[in-house]
Amino acid sequence: MGFGPFLLLALMEGLVTAAVLSLAAVGLSLVFGVMRVVNVAHGEFFMLGAVIAWFVAGLVPGPAWMAFLAALVLAPLVVGALAAAVDGLVLKRLNYDPEATIVATIGVMYMVQQAALSFYGPDARPVAAPFDWRFQLPWFGYSGYKLFVVAAAVAVLLAVWLGMTRTRAGLVMRATQVDRDVARAFGIDVERVYMGTFALGAGLAAMGAVLYVPISQAHYLMGHDPLLLSFIVVIIGGLGSLRGTLVAALVIGLSDGVISMFFSPTLAKILATLLVAMVLVFRPQGLFGAKA
Amino acid sequence: MLELRGLTAGYGPVTVLRGVDFAARAGEVTCVMGRNGAGKTTLMKAIMGIVPVSAGTVMLDGQAIQDLPAHLVPGKGLAWVPQGRRLFGPLTVAENLDVGGLIRGNRAKVRDHVLALFPRLRERLNQPAATLSGGEQQMLAIARALCLEPKVLLLDEPTEGLQPSMIALIREAVLRLKAEGVAVVLVEQRVEAVLRMADRVAFMAHGSVEEVAEAAALHPGARQFADFVGV
Repeated sequence: MGFGPFLLLALMEGLVTAAVLSLAAVGLSLVFGVMRVVNVAHGEFFMLGAVIAWFVAGLVPGPAWMAFLAALVLAPLVVGALAAAVDGLVLKRLNYDPEATIVATIGVMYMVQQAALSFYGPDARPVAAPFDWRFQLPWFGYSGYKLFVVAAAVAVLLAVWLGMTRTRAGLVMRATQVDRDVARAFGIDVERVYMGTFALGAGLAAMGAVLYVPISQAHYLMGHDPLLLSFIVVIIGGLGSLRGTLVAALVIGLSDGVISMFFSPTLAKILATLLVAMVLVFRPQGLFGAKA
Repeated sequence: MLELRGLTAGYGPVTVLRGVDFAARAGEVTCVMGRNGAGKTTLMKAIMGIVPVSAGTVMLDGQAIQDLPAHLVPGKGLAWVPQGRRLFGPLTVAENLDVGGLIRGNRAKVRDHVLALFPRLRERLNQPAATLSGGEQQMLAIARALCLEPKVLLLDEPTEGLQPSMIALIREAVLRLKAEGVAVVLVEQRVEAVLRMADRVAFMAHGSVEEVAEAAALHPGARQFADFVGV
């Protein structure tokens, strides 16, 4: 295969990484933007989405696409409900204090991880893709499911953007993000907004995982990479900036795809981390974030 | 209409308001004056439920509201224009007004009413609030609060840092609201503005209201201004 097709393949792989990453990172960014909470347990919500997809695949009889659809609906709901409980039982009681919630979400991260180890086990387990169709190019064939993942992520992100900019709930979330005391003075129940935002962020991570798990495997430690990459994406894009998150996910995803294929995945991670360091030094608010 | 009895409030262990007694009546402008740190802004926040009240009562039309969660207070008929405006800067003018009217029905009619009060905002509806001039931002802050159709409007230093033409516009709006029967509570430091707008003036020091005077009985050289404001 020549350089051109090889580069195309790398870009397509990068696009898939960017799609999954943007779903995971947009949830983290929403939570930080609206609540000012750095959710260290975000990667575990991603992992739970994948584990639930595996359980659902075993429970729903019939073709793989039925189990996939069921998981796509159930996993975000279950993980969102768990996140809402974490919000009510932990974050709310800490009055959403930025420092205390970091420590608390580290605790939640280990609790969720160990619960998954106890109930799911230490093995990595595959989940079947909902369909097995290949897209044939002149130089190589490519998984139709991976293209579906990209399309699904675009659709979900578009829905999030429309929800944030065109709906009453989005207006309430954006107002709360700017000034929670003033939002309260206009009748906004800020604690309810926080609970909804935390659940939405976790649900988006779980949805990303359901889409991702057929091209990977479900494992109780699989939340680490999405957490690290999500932090990289939201720091580069600007904490709390949806647009920045999407642009950064695209940059990191594509560079990850290209560098991993031409050099090594480790080099891709090193360069991404270096980029974060440079952003923190030269533009601490991120590419699209507002200055503090 | 609005009556505070022995209101004590503060931030955590720090008590700022110490037994404030205060009243505001419908169709009147009650000014609150005092030196920096006297507790004027904390008073506004305590009335709105944003600063927790540790003792005393906030009565609105005879109903105690001091224990309500902050987000339920505006529904009772109170609106607050904070010091420094505190607009939702990245949101457009129209979106700021939408937030103002979130808990009220009939939003289109209310918005028309407030835009009639500040017609300049109508030309800026799709502009982010942060890009407005200082005077326009103050108009928007007041317009946003009026979308709540309040019985009592709390204004915290609305003319601070504005040019004279804008101050005149704000004053005109306050007097119109007074004529419509709204009880206006105005924190203001400029004696000339107070004498032009106020019906009564409450003077604060060290977290309590020390004296209340009829505005008609005051003049620029009055003792109270020297004692409580230092002018």
